[in-house]
Amino acid sequence: MSNIIDKVFEHSTRIIAFSVLLIVAWIFTVLFQNSLDSMQAFGFDFITDTKWAPNLEKFGALPAIMGSVISTFLAMVLAVPVAIGVAIFLSEIAPEKLKSPIGVSIELLAAIPSVIYGMWGLFYFVPIIRDIFGGLGIGMLTAGIVLAIMILPFMAAVTRDAMDTTPDILKESAYALGGTKWDVIKDIIIPYAKAGIIGSMILALGRAIGETMAVTFVMGNVHKISLAITAPATSIPVTLANEFTEADTELYFSSLFELSFILLLISFTIISIAKFYFLRKTRRA
Amino acid sequence: MTAIEKRMLTNKIVMILSTLSAFIGIAFLLWILSILIINGVSAINWEIFAFEGAPPGHEESGLKHALIGQLIIISTATAIGVPLGILGGTYLSEYGQQSKLANIIRDISDIMMSAPSIVIGSFIYAVVVIPMGHFSGWAGVIALTIIMIPIILRTTDDMLQLVPSTLREAAFALGAPKYKVIINIVYRGAKVGILTGILLGIARVAGETAPLLFTSFNDNFLSTDLNEPMASLTVTMYNYATSPYEDWQNIGWAAAFILSMFILGLNIIGRLLIMTRKGK
Repeated sequence: MSNIIDKVFEHSTRIIAFSVLLIVAWIFTVLFQNSLDSMQAFGFDFITDTKWAPNLEKFGALPAIMGSVISTFLAMVLAVPVAIGVAIFLSEIAPEKLKSPIGVSIELLAAIPSVIYGMWGLFYFVPIIRDIFGGLGIGMLTAGIVLAIMILPFMAAVTRDAMDTTPDILKESAYALGGTKWDVIKDIIIPYAKAGIIGSMILALGRAIGETMAVTFVMGNVHKISLAITAPATSIPVTLANEFTEADTELYFSSLFELSFILLLISFTIISIAKFYFLRKTRRA
Repeated sequence: MTAIEKRMLTNKIVMILSTLSAFIGIAFLLWILSILIINGVSAINWEIFAFEGAPPGHEESGLKHALIGQLIIISTATAIGVPLGILGGTYLSEYGQQSKLANIIRDISDIMMSAPSIVIGSFIYAVVVIPMGHFSGWAGVIALTIIMIPIILRTTDDMLQLVPSTLREAAFALGAPKYKVIINIVYRGAKVGILTGILLGIARVAGETAPLLFTSFNDNFLSTDLNEPMASLTVTMYNYATSPYEDWQNIGWAAAFILSMFILGLNIIGRLLIMTRKGK
Protein backbone atom coordinates (compact mmCIF):
# COMPACT_ATOMS: atom_id res chain seq x y z
CA MET A 1 0.00 0.00 0.00
CA SER A 2 2.58 2.55 1.02
CA ASN A 3 4.47 1.49 -2.07
CA ILE A 4 1.61 2.77 -4.22
CA ILE A 5 1.33 6.03 -2.29
CA ASP A 6 5.07 6.44 -2.67
CA LYS A 7 4.81 6.11 -6.45
CA VAL A 8 1.77 8.40 -6.66
CA PHE A 9 3.53 11.04 -4.58
CA GLU A 10 6.70 10.87 -6.63
CA HIS A 11 4.88 11.07 -9.94
CA SER A 12 2.60 13.92 -8.94
CA THR A 13 5.57 16.01 -7.80
CA ARG A 14 7.34 15.21 -11.06
CA ILE A 15 4.34 16.16 -13.19
CA ILE A 16 3.92 19.44 -11.33
CA ALA A 17 7.60 20.34 -11.62
CA PHE A 18 7.56 19.41 -15.30
CA SER A 19 4.47 21.54 -15.88
CA VAL A 20 6.61 24.63 -15.31
CA LEU A 21 8.40 23.79 -18.57
CA LEU A 22 5.10 23.05 -20.29
CA ILE A 23 3.60 26.38 -19.24
CA VAL A 24 6.63 28.30 -20.50
CA ALA A 25 6.50 26.43 -23.81
CA TRP A 26 2.77 27.08 -23.94
CA ILE A 27 3.30 30.83 -23.38
CA PHE A 28 5.74 30.97 -26.29
CA THR A 29 3.42 28.97 -28.57
CA VAL A 30 0.28 30.93 -27.76
CA LEU A 31 1.97 34.30 -28.23
CA PHE A 32 3.55 33.12 -31.48
CA GLN A 33 0.28 31.73 -32.86
CA ASN A 34 -1.60 34.89 -32.02
CA SER A 35 1.10 36.97 -33.74
CA LEU A 36 0.80 35.05 -37.03
CA ASP A 37 -1.79 37.40 -38.57
CA SER A 38 0.40 40.40 -37.95
CA MET A 39 3.54 38.56 -39.06
CA GLN A 40 1.87 37.63 -42.34
CA ALA A 41 0.50 41.11 -42.90
CA PHE A 42 3.68 43.06 -42.14
CA GLY A 43 6.56 40.62 -42.08
CA PHE A 44 9.82 42.23 -41.03
CA ASP A 45 8.37 45.68 -41.69
CA PHE A 46 6.65 45.28 -38.33
CA ILE A 47 9.89 45.96 -36.49
CA THR A 48 11.27 48.59 -38.89
CA ASP A 49 8.16 50.61 -39.63
CA THR A 50 7.55 53.75 -37.59
CA LYS A 51 3.87 54.18 -38.30
CA TRP A 52 1.39 52.82 -35.74
CA ALA A 53 -2.09 53.77 -36.90
CA PRO A 54 -4.84 51.45 -35.61
CA ASN A 55 -7.53 53.30 -37.56
CA LEU A 56 -5.69 52.55 -40.83
CA GLU A 57 -4.85 48.96 -39.79
CA LYS A 58 -1.19 49.89 -40.09
CA PHE A 59 1.11 48.66 -37.36
CA GLY A 60 4.81 49.45 -37.15
CA ALA A 61 6.51 48.70 -33.86
CA LEU A 62 9.75 50.59 -34.20
CA PRO A 63 8.69 53.50 -31.94
CA ALA A 64 7.74 51.06 -29.17
CA ILE A 65 10.90 48.98 -29.57
CA MET A 66 13.10 52.08 -29.67
CA GLY A 67 11.23 53.44 -26.66
CA SER A 68 11.96 50.30 -24.66
CA VAL A 69 15.60 50.32 -25.67
CA ILE A 70 16.21 54.03 -25.06
CA SER A 71 14.33 54.29 -21.76
CA THR A 72 16.09 51.20 -20.44
CA PHE A 73 19.44 52.51 -21.67
CA LEU A 74 18.85 55.84 -19.90
CA ALA A 75 17.84 53.99 -16.74
CA MET A 76 21.00 51.85 -16.86
CA VAL A 77 23.28 54.87 -17.47
CA LEU A 78 21.77 56.60 -14.45
CA ALA A 79 21.39 53.62 -12.12
CA VAL A 80 24.61 51.65 -12.67
CA PRO A 81 27.08 54.21 -11.23
CA VAL A 82 24.82 55.00 -8.28
CA ALA A 83 24.19 51.30 -7.61
CA ILE A 84 27.92 50.57 -7.65
CA GLY A 85 28.46 53.52 -5.32
CA VAL A 86 25.79 52.26 -2.94
CA ALA A 87 27.24 48.73 -3.09
CA ILE A 88 30.78 49.96 -2.36
CA PHE A 89 29.40 52.08 0.47
CA LEU A 90 27.51 49.14 1.95
CA SER A 91 30.25 46.55 1.65
CA GLU A 92 33.37 48.62 2.34
CA ILE A 93 32.69 52.08 3.77
CA ALA A 94 29.66 52.05 6.05
CA PRO A 95 30.37 51.48 9.74
CA GLU A 96 29.47 47.95 10.87
CA LYS A 97 26.45 49.23 12.82
CA LEU A 98 24.90 50.91 9.77
CA LYS A 99 25.53 48.14 7.24
CA SER A 100 22.66 45.94 8.18
CA PRO A 101 19.92 48.58 8.72
CA ILE A 102 20.75 50.42 5.47
CA GLY A 103 21.14 47.13 3.59
CA VAL A 104 17.80 45.82 4.84
CA SER A 105 15.95 49.05 4.04
CA ILE A 106 17.33 48.97 0.51
CA GLU A 107 16.15 45.37 0.12
CA LEU A 108 12.73 46.33 1.46
CA LEU A 109 12.52 49.18 -1.05
CA ALA A 110 13.16 46.65 -3.79
CA ALA A 111 9.94 44.95 -2.67
CA ILE A 112 7.73 48.02 -3.11
CA PRO A 113 5.52 47.44 -6.15
CA SER A 114 6.48 49.32 -9.29
CA VAL A 115 3.02 50.84 -9.65
CA ILE A 116 3.88 53.00 -6.63
CA TYR A 117 7.10 54.24 -8.21
CA GLY A 118 5.00 55.13 -11.27
CA MET A 119 2.48 57.02 -9.19
CA TRP A 120 5.21 58.97 -7.44
CA GLY A 121 6.74 59.76 -10.82
CA LEU A 122 3.47 61.07 -12.20
CA PHE A 123 2.60 63.35 -9.29
CA TYR A 124 6.00 64.50 -8.06
CA PHE A 125 8.59 64.00 -10.75
CA VAL A 126 6.71 64.99 -13.90
CA PRO A 127 6.18 68.59 -12.61
CA ILE A 128 9.91 68.92 -11.92
CA ILE A 129 10.85 67.79 -15.43
CA ARG A 130 8.16 70.11 -16.81
CA ASP A 131 9.62 73.08 -14.91
CA ILE A 132 13.17 72.37 -16.04
CA PHE A 133 12.68 71.31 -19.66
CA GLY A 134 9.26 72.70 -20.49
CA GLY A 135 6.75 70.66 -22.46
CA LEU A 136 4.48 68.11 -20.84
CA GLY A 137 6.96 66.59 -18.46
CA ILE A 138 6.00 63.10 -19.54
CA GLY A 139 8.25 61.24 -21.94
CA MET A 140 11.39 59.26 -22.46
CA LEU A 141 13.59 61.15 -19.98
CA THR A 142 11.07 60.97 -17.13
CA ALA A 143 10.49 57.28 -17.82
CA GLY A 144 14.25 56.63 -17.80
CA ILE A 145 14.72 58.40 -14.48
CA VAL A 146 11.74 56.73 -12.77
CA LEU A 147 12.91 53.38 -14.10
CA ALA A 148 16.42 54.06 -12.78
CA ILE A 149 15.10 54.81 -9.31
CA MET A 150 12.91 51.72 -9.40
CA ILE A 151 15.71 49.30 -10.31
CA LEU A 152 18.27 50.98 -8.05
CA PRO A 153 17.45 49.05 -4.84
CA PHE A 154 17.48 45.68 -6.61
CA MET A 155 20.68 46.48 -8.47
CA ALA A 156 22.46 47.82 -5.39
CA ALA A 157 21.44 44.83 -3.28
CA VAL A 158 22.60 42.19 -5.77
CA THR A 159 25.82 44.08 -6.56
CA ARG A 160 26.60 44.25 -2.87
CA ASP A 161 25.90 40.52 -2.53
CA ALA A 162 28.30 39.87 -5.41
CA MET A 163 31.00 42.06 -3.80
CA ASP A 164 30.50 40.39 -0.44
CA THR A 165 31.46 37.02 -1.92
CA THR A 166 35.11 38.17 -1.98
CA PRO A 167 36.92 36.18 0.74
CA ASP A 168 38.04 38.40 3.61
CA ILE A 169 41.47 36.85 3.57
CA LEU A 170 42.12 38.22 0.06
CA LYS A 171 41.10 41.70 1.11
CA GLU A 172 43.15 41.51 4.31
CA SER A 173 46.24 40.44 2.37
CA ALA A 174 45.88 43.47 0.12
CA TYR A 175 45.43 45.80 3.09
CA ALA A 176 48.50 44.24 4.71
CA LEU A 177 50.50 45.20 1.62
CA GLY A 178 49.51 48.81 2.23
CA GLY A 179 46.61 49.05 -0.21
CA THR A 180 44.05 51.81 0.24
CA LYS A 181 40.35 50.93 0.20
CA TRP A 182 40.15 51.93 -3.46
CA ASP A 183 43.17 49.76 -4.29
CA VAL A 184 41.44 46.83 -2.64
CA ILE A 185 38.17 47.54 -4.42
CA LYS A 186 39.68 47.91 -7.88
CA ASP A 187 42.41 45.27 -7.65
CA ILE A 188 40.78 42.62 -5.44
CA ILE A 189 37.01 42.93 -5.11
CA ILE A 190 36.09 43.98 -8.65
CA PRO A 191 38.29 41.38 -10.38
CA TYR A 192 37.08 38.69 -7.99
CA ALA A 193 33.38 39.56 -8.20
CA LYS A 194 33.38 40.79 -11.81
CA ALA A 195 31.13 38.07 -13.23
CA GLY A 196 28.67 38.46 -10.37
CA ILE A 197 28.56 42.25 -10.69
CA ILE A 198 28.07 42.22 -14.47
CA GLY A 199 25.49 39.44 -14.17
CA SER A 200 23.53 41.44 -11.59
CA MET A 201 23.55 44.50 -13.83
CA ILE A 202 22.29 42.51 -16.81
CA LEU A 203 19.63 40.87 -14.67
CA ALA A 204 18.46 44.33 -13.60
CA LEU A 205 18.45 45.31 -17.28
CA GLY A 206 16.28 42.30 -18.11
CA ARG A 207 13.81 43.35 -15.44
CA ALA A 208 13.83 47.00 -16.47
CA ILE A 209 13.02 46.32 -20.11
CA GLY A 210 9.84 44.47 -19.24
CA GLU A 211 8.82 46.86 -16.51
CA THR A 212 5.34 48.17 -17.16
CA MET A 213 3.74 50.09 -14.36
CA ALA A 214 6.60 52.39 -13.36
CA VAL A 215 6.79 53.80 -16.89
CA THR A 216 3.14 53.58 -18.02
CA PHE A 217 2.29 56.57 -15.83
CA VAL A 218 5.00 58.84 -17.18
CA MET A 219 5.69 57.93 -20.79
CA GLY A 220 2.61 59.20 -22.63
CA ASN A 221 2.02 56.31 -25.08
CA VAL A 222 2.79 58.34 -28.20
CA HIS A 223 3.98 56.22 -31.14
CA LYS A 224 6.54 58.62 -32.49
CA ILE A 225 10.31 58.55 -32.58
CA SER A 226 11.49 61.92 -31.44
CA LEU A 227 15.00 63.33 -31.23
CA ALA A 228 14.12 65.15 -28.02
CA ILE A 229 14.27 62.81 -25.04
CA THR A 230 11.79 65.01 -23.19
CA ALA A 231 9.08 64.34 -25.76
CA PRO A 232 6.28 61.85 -25.01
CA ALA A 233 7.06 58.37 -26.28
CA THR A 234 6.04 54.78 -25.79
CA SER A 235 7.61 51.40 -25.09
CA ILE A 236 6.48 47.83 -25.66
CA PRO A 237 4.97 47.30 -22.18
CA VAL A 238 3.41 50.78 -22.18
CA THR A 239 1.71 50.08 -25.50
CA LEU A 240 0.43 46.73 -24.23
CA ALA A 241 -0.89 48.22 -20.98
CA ASN A 242 -2.67 51.06 -22.74
CA GLU A 243 -4.04 49.40 -25.84
CA PHE A 244 -4.87 45.79 -25.02
CA THR A 245 -8.32 46.67 -23.75
CA GLU A 246 -8.90 49.05 -26.66
CA ALA A 247 -8.00 46.77 -29.54
CA ASP A 248 -11.04 46.16 -31.73
CA THR A 249 -9.80 44.29 -34.81
CA GLU A 250 -8.07 40.93 -35.31
CA LEU A 251 -5.02 42.58 -36.79
CA TYR A 252 -4.77 45.08 -33.94
CA PHE A 253 -4.84 42.25 -31.40
CA SER A 254 -2.38 40.24 -33.41
CA SER A 255 0.03 43.18 -33.57
CA LEU A 256 -0.17 43.58 -29.79
CA PHE A 257 0.50 39.85 -29.36
CA GLU A 258 3.51 40.17 -31.63
CA LEU A 259 4.79 43.03 -29.46
CA SER A 260 4.30 40.85 -26.42
CA PHE A 261 6.13 37.99 -28.13
CA ILE A 262 9.04 40.29 -29.04
CA LEU A 263 9.22 41.54 -25.45
CA LEU A 264 9.25 37.97 -24.12
CA LEU A 265 12.06 37.02 -26.53
CA ILE A 266 14.14 40.07 -25.62
CA SER A 267 13.83 39.69 -21.87
CA PHE A 268 14.20 35.91 -21.95
CA THR A 269 17.45 36.33 -23.88
CA ILE A 270 18.83 39.03 -21.59
CA ILE A 271 17.94 37.18 -18.39
CA SER A 272 19.39 33.92 -19.78
CA ILE A 273 22.67 35.65 -20.61
CA ALA A 274 22.84 37.04 -17.08
CA LYS A 275 21.96 33.73 -15.44
CA PHE A 276 23.86 31.27 -17.58
CA TYR A 277 26.89 33.21 -18.66
CA PHE A 278 27.68 35.43 -15.69
CA LEU A 279 25.88 34.08 -12.65
CA ARG A 280 26.36 30.34 -13.21
CA LYS A 281 29.56 30.09 -11.20
CA THR A 282 28.37 32.21 -8.30
CA ARG A 283 25.12 30.28 -7.93
CA ARG A 284 26.31 26.71 -8.19
CA ALA A 285 29.37 27.35 -6.04
CA MET B 1 52.90 64.68 -5.50
CA THR B 2 54.38 61.35 -4.55
CA ALA B 3 52.88 58.08 -5.67
CA ILE B 4 51.51 57.41 -2.19
CA GLU B 5 49.87 60.80 -1.92
CA LYS B 6 48.33 60.25 -5.33
CA ARG B 7 46.89 56.90 -4.26
CA MET B 8 45.57 58.37 -1.02
CA LEU B 9 43.92 61.18 -2.98
CA THR B 10 42.26 58.83 -5.49
CA ASN B 11 41.11 56.74 -2.58
CA LYS B 12 39.57 59.75 -0.88
CA ILE B 13 37.81 60.86 -4.06
CA VAL B 14 36.32 57.43 -4.69
CA MET B 15 35.20 57.10 -1.06
CA ILE B 16 33.50 60.49 -1.20
CA LEU B 17 31.83 59.68 -4.53
CA SER B 18 30.52 56.32 -3.29
CA THR B 19 29.22 57.79 -0.06
CA LEU B 20 27.62 60.59 -2.04
CA SER B 21 25.91 58.22 -4.45
CA ALA B 22 24.71 56.13 -1.53
CA PHE B 23 23.17 59.23 -0.02
CA ILE B 24 21.62 60.32 -3.32
CA GLY B 25 20.10 56.89 -3.81
CA ILE B 26 18.83 56.69 -0.25
CA ALA B 27 17.50 60.27 -0.39
CA PHE B 28 15.39 59.48 -3.46
CA LEU B 29 14.02 56.36 -1.85
CA LEU B 30 13.24 58.20 1.39
CA TRP B 31 11.50 60.87 -0.66
CA ILE B 32 9.22 58.30 -2.27
CA LEU B 33 8.55 56.60 1.04
CA SER B 34 7.72 59.84 2.86
CA ILE B 35 5.35 60.94 0.06
CA LEU B 36 3.67 57.57 0.23
CA ILE B 37 3.22 57.87 3.99
CA ILE B 38 2.14 61.54 4.01
CA ASN B 39 -0.39 61.18 1.19
CA GLY B 40 -1.52 57.75 2.28
CA VAL B 41 -2.11 58.53 5.93
CA SER B 42 -3.98 61.76 5.19
CA ALA B 43 -6.22 59.96 2.68
CA ILE B 44 -7.13 57.09 4.97
CA ASN B 45 -10.37 57.33 6.94
CA TRP B 46 -13.17 54.97 7.84
CA GLU B 47 -15.04 55.69 4.59
CA ILE B 48 -12.23 54.02 2.64
CA PHE B 49 -13.11 50.72 4.28
CA ALA B 50 -16.86 51.23 4.45
CA PHE B 51 -17.82 52.23 0.91
CA GLU B 52 -17.47 50.88 -2.58
CA GLY B 53 -16.29 52.94 -5.52
CA ALA B 54 -18.40 55.92 -6.46
CA PRO B 55 -18.36 58.55 -9.20
CA PRO B 56 -15.92 61.43 -8.66
CA GLY B 57 -17.18 64.09 -6.30
CA HIS B 58 -19.37 61.62 -4.43
CA GLU B 59 -19.04 61.74 -0.65
CA GLU B 60 -19.45 58.05 0.09
CA SER B 61 -16.56 56.72 -1.94
CA GLY B 62 -14.14 54.08 -0.77
CA LEU B 63 -12.03 51.05 -1.52
CA LYS B 64 -14.12 48.28 -0.02
CA HIS B 65 -14.65 46.69 -3.45
CA ALA B 66 -10.94 46.78 -4.26
CA LEU B 67 -9.82 45.52 -0.85
CA ILE B 68 -12.20 42.57 -0.96
CA GLY B 69 -11.44 41.88 -4.63
CA GLN B 70 -7.70 41.97 -3.94
CA LEU B 71 -8.14 39.64 -0.98
CA ILE B 72 -10.15 37.13 -3.03
CA ILE B 73 -7.75 37.18 -6.00
CA ILE B 74 -4.59 36.93 -3.89
CA SER B 75 -5.89 34.25 -1.53
CA THR B 76 -7.23 32.10 -4.37
CA ALA B 77 -3.94 32.41 -6.25
CA THR B 78 -2.11 31.52 -3.03
CA ALA B 79 -4.38 28.54 -2.39
CA ILE B 80 -3.58 27.14 -5.85
CA GLY B 81 0.01 28.31 -6.28
CA VAL B 82 1.45 27.36 -2.88
CA PRO B 83 0.66 23.60 -2.89
CA LEU B 84 1.73 23.27 -6.53
CA GLY B 85 4.93 25.22 -5.88
CA ILE B 86 5.79 23.17 -2.80
CA LEU B 87 5.17 19.85 -4.56
CA GLY B 88 7.21 20.95 -7.60
CA GLY B 89 10.02 22.10 -5.32
CA THR B 90 9.83 18.75 -3.53
CA TYR B 91 10.48 16.97 -6.81
CA LEU B 92 13.56 19.10 -7.52
CA SER B 93 15.11 18.64 -4.11
CA GLU B 94 14.08 15.07 -3.21
CA TYR B 95 13.70 13.18 -6.50
CA GLY B 96 15.26 15.15 -9.35
CA GLN B 97 18.24 16.39 -7.31
CA GLN B 98 21.09 17.24 -9.69
CA SER B 99 19.60 15.47 -12.72
CA LYS B 100 19.51 17.28 -16.04
CA LEU B 101 15.72 17.65 -15.97
CA ALA B 102 15.74 19.12 -12.46
CA ASN B 103 18.42 21.63 -13.39
CA ILE B 104 16.55 22.73 -16.51
CA ILE B 105 13.40 23.26 -14.44
CA ARG B 106 15.45 25.29 -11.94
CA ASP B 107 16.91 27.49 -14.67
CA ILE B 108 13.60 28.09 -16.43
CA SER B 109 11.91 28.92 -13.10
CA ASP B 110 14.69 31.41 -12.32
CA ILE B 111 14.15 33.08 -15.68
CA MET B 112 10.37 33.16 -15.19
CA MET B 113 10.84 34.95 -11.87
CA SER B 114 12.33 37.93 -13.72
CA ALA B 115 10.27 37.70 -16.92
CA PRO B 116 7.91 40.61 -17.69
CA SER B 117 4.60 40.04 -15.94
CA ILE B 118 2.64 41.90 -18.62
CA VAL B 119 3.53 39.09 -21.02
CA ILE B 120 1.83 36.63 -18.67
CA GLY B 121 -1.20 38.92 -18.76
CA SER B 122 -1.37 38.81 -22.55
CA PHE B 123 -0.95 35.02 -22.49
CA ILE B 124 -3.86 34.64 -20.07
CA TYR B 125 -5.88 37.00 -22.23
CA ALA B 126 -5.41 34.60 -25.14
CA VAL B 127 -6.08 31.35 -23.27
CA VAL B 128 -8.68 32.38 -20.66
CA VAL B 129 -10.31 35.71 -21.47
CA ILE B 130 -10.95 35.09 -25.20
CA PRO B 131 -12.48 31.59 -24.72
CA MET B 132 -14.62 32.86 -21.79
CA GLY B 133 -15.69 35.85 -23.81
CA HIS B 134 -15.12 38.38 -21.03
CA PHE B 135 -12.70 39.51 -18.33
CA SER B 136 -12.93 37.59 -15.07
CA GLY B 137 -11.49 37.26 -11.61
CA TRP B 138 -10.36 33.74 -12.52
CA ALA B 139 -8.21 35.05 -15.35
CA GLY B 140 -6.43 37.33 -12.86
CA VAL B 141 -6.07 34.47 -10.38
CA ILE B 142 -4.49 32.18 -12.99
CA ALA B 143 -2.09 34.92 -14.14
CA LEU B 144 -0.90 35.49 -10.58
CA THR B 145 -0.67 31.75 -9.93
CA ILE B 146 1.66 31.36 -12.92
CA ILE B 147 3.84 34.14 -11.55
CA MET B 148 3.80 32.65 -8.05
CA ILE B 149 4.61 28.99 -8.77
CA PRO B 150 8.27 29.46 -9.83
CA ILE B 151 8.94 31.58 -6.73
CA ILE B 152 7.52 29.04 -4.28
CA LEU B 153 9.06 26.16 -6.24
CA ARG B 154 12.60 27.57 -6.06
CA THR B 155 12.46 28.61 -2.40
CA THR B 156 11.03 25.22 -1.41
CA ASP B 157 13.77 23.51 -3.42
CA ASP B 158 16.49 25.59 -1.69
CA MET B 159 14.98 25.14 1.76
CA LEU B 160 14.53 21.36 1.48
CA GLN B 161 18.13 21.01 0.37
CA LEU B 162 19.22 22.63 3.62
CA VAL B 163 17.72 19.76 5.63
CA PRO B 164 20.65 17.49 6.57
CA SER B 165 20.59 14.19 4.69
CA THR B 166 21.43 12.33 7.92
CA LEU B 167 17.89 13.11 9.11
CA ARG B 168 16.48 11.46 5.98
CA GLU B 169 18.79 8.49 6.34
CA ALA B 170 17.80 8.01 9.99
CA ALA B 171 14.14 7.86 8.99
CA PHE B 172 14.84 5.49 6.09
CA ALA B 173 16.73 3.24 8.49
CA LEU B 174 13.58 2.99 10.58
CA GLY B 175 11.82 1.62 7.49
CA ALA B 176 9.76 4.67 6.56
CA PRO B 177 8.70 4.98 2.92
CA LYS B 178 10.02 8.00 1.05
CA TYR B 179 6.80 10.02 1.01
CA LYS B 180 6.55 9.66 4.80
CA VAL B 181 10.15 10.74 5.21
CA ILE B 182 9.47 13.81 3.06
CA ILE B 183 6.22 14.78 4.77
CA ASN B 184 7.15 13.98 8.37
CA ILE B 185 10.87 14.72 8.42
CA VAL B 186 11.95 16.92 5.54
CA TYR B 187 8.93 19.27 5.49
CA ARG B 188 9.06 19.58 9.25
CA GLY B 189 12.73 20.45 9.18
CA ALA B 190 12.24 23.10 6.50
CA LYS B 191 8.96 24.48 7.90
CA VAL B 192 10.18 27.99 8.66
CA GLY B 193 12.03 28.33 5.37
CA ILE B 194 9.03 27.23 3.33
CA LEU B 195 6.77 29.60 5.24
CA THR B 196 9.16 32.47 4.52
CA GLY B 197 9.10 31.56 0.85
CA ILE B 198 5.30 31.59 0.86
CA LEU B 199 5.17 35.01 2.53
CA LEU B 200 7.64 36.49 0.05
CA GLY B 201 5.76 34.88 -2.83
CA ILE B 202 2.49 36.44 -1.68
CA ALA B 203 4.22 39.80 -1.22
CA ARG B 204 5.56 39.56 -4.74
CA VAL B 205 2.24 38.86 -6.50
CA ALA B 206 0.24 41.24 -4.29
CA GLY B 207 1.93 44.19 -5.96
CA GLU B 208 1.42 42.97 -9.51
CA THR B 209 -0.65 45.31 -11.64
CA ALA B 210 0.32 44.65 -15.24
CA PRO B 211 -0.96 41.04 -15.45
CA LEU B 212 -4.32 42.08 -14.00
CA LEU B 213 -5.04 44.99 -16.37
CA PHE B 214 -6.59 42.81 -19.03
CA THR B 215 -7.41 39.67 -17.09
CA SER B 216 -9.41 40.47 -13.96
CA PHE B 217 -9.84 43.99 -15.37
CA ASN B 218 -11.70 46.18 -12.89
CA ASP B 219 -15.07 46.87 -11.36
CA ASN B 220 -16.02 49.96 -9.42
CA PHE B 221 -18.46 47.99 -7.31
CA LEU B 222 -18.23 45.09 -4.95
CA SER B 223 -18.20 41.71 -6.66
CA THR B 224 -17.30 38.39 -5.10
CA ASP B 225 -17.93 36.30 -8.20
CA LEU B 226 -14.68 35.13 -9.74
CA ASN B 227 -16.49 34.56 -13.04
CA GLU B 228 -17.01 38.30 -13.40
CA PRO B 229 -14.49 41.14 -13.74
CA MET B 230 -13.12 41.98 -10.32
CA ALA B 231 -11.54 45.02 -8.74
CA SER B 232 -8.05 44.84 -7.30
CA LEU B 233 -6.16 47.42 -5.26
CA THR B 234 -3.44 47.75 -7.87
CA VAL B 235 -5.65 48.30 -10.93
CA THR B 236 -7.96 50.58 -8.95
CA MET B 237 -4.91 52.54 -7.84
CA TYR B 238 -3.79 52.90 -11.44
CA ASN B 239 -7.22 53.98 -12.70
CA TYR B 240 -7.82 56.42 -9.86
CA ALA B 241 -4.34 57.93 -9.94
CA THR B 242 -4.47 58.59 -13.67
CA SER B 243 -7.95 60.14 -13.43
CA PRO B 244 -8.20 63.94 -13.39
CA TYR B 245 -10.30 64.02 -10.20
CA GLU B 246 -8.57 64.99 -7.00
CA ASP B 247 -10.78 62.93 -4.68
CA TRP B 248 -10.11 59.82 -6.78
CA GLN B 249 -6.38 60.54 -6.73
CA ASN B 250 -6.51 60.73 -2.93
CA ILE B 251 -8.25 57.36 -2.75
CA GLY B 252 -5.49 56.10 -5.07
CA TRP B 253 -2.88 57.19 -2.51
CA ALA B 254 -4.80 55.46 0.25
CA ALA B 255 -4.73 52.26 -1.82
CA ALA B 256 -0.99 52.70 -2.46
CA PHE B 257 -0.34 53.11 1.24
CA ILE B 258 -2.42 50.10 2.31
CA LEU B 259 -0.81 47.89 -0.33
CA SER B 260 2.75 48.98 0.51
CA MET B 261 2.25 48.43 4.21
CA PHE B 262 0.84 44.96 3.52
CA ILE B 263 3.81 44.05 1.31
CA LEU B 264 6.42 45.57 3.61
CA GLY B 265 4.76 43.80 6.55
CA LEU B 266 5.00 40.41 4.83
CA ASN B 267 8.64 41.06 3.95
CA ILE B 268 9.50 42.07 7.51
CA ILE B 269 7.74 39.02 9.02
CA GLY B 270 9.60 36.83 6.50
CA ARG B 271 12.91 38.33 7.56
CA LEU B 272 12.15 37.96 11.26
CA LEU B 273 11.31 34.29 10.67
CA ILE B 274 14.68 33.74 8.99
CA MET B 275 16.43 35.49 11.86
CA THR B 276 14.75 33.41 14.55
CA ARG B 277 15.77 30.27 12.70
CA LYS B 278 19.36 31.41 12.48
CA GLY B 279 19.27 32.31 16.16
CA LYS B 280 18.53 28.72 17.17
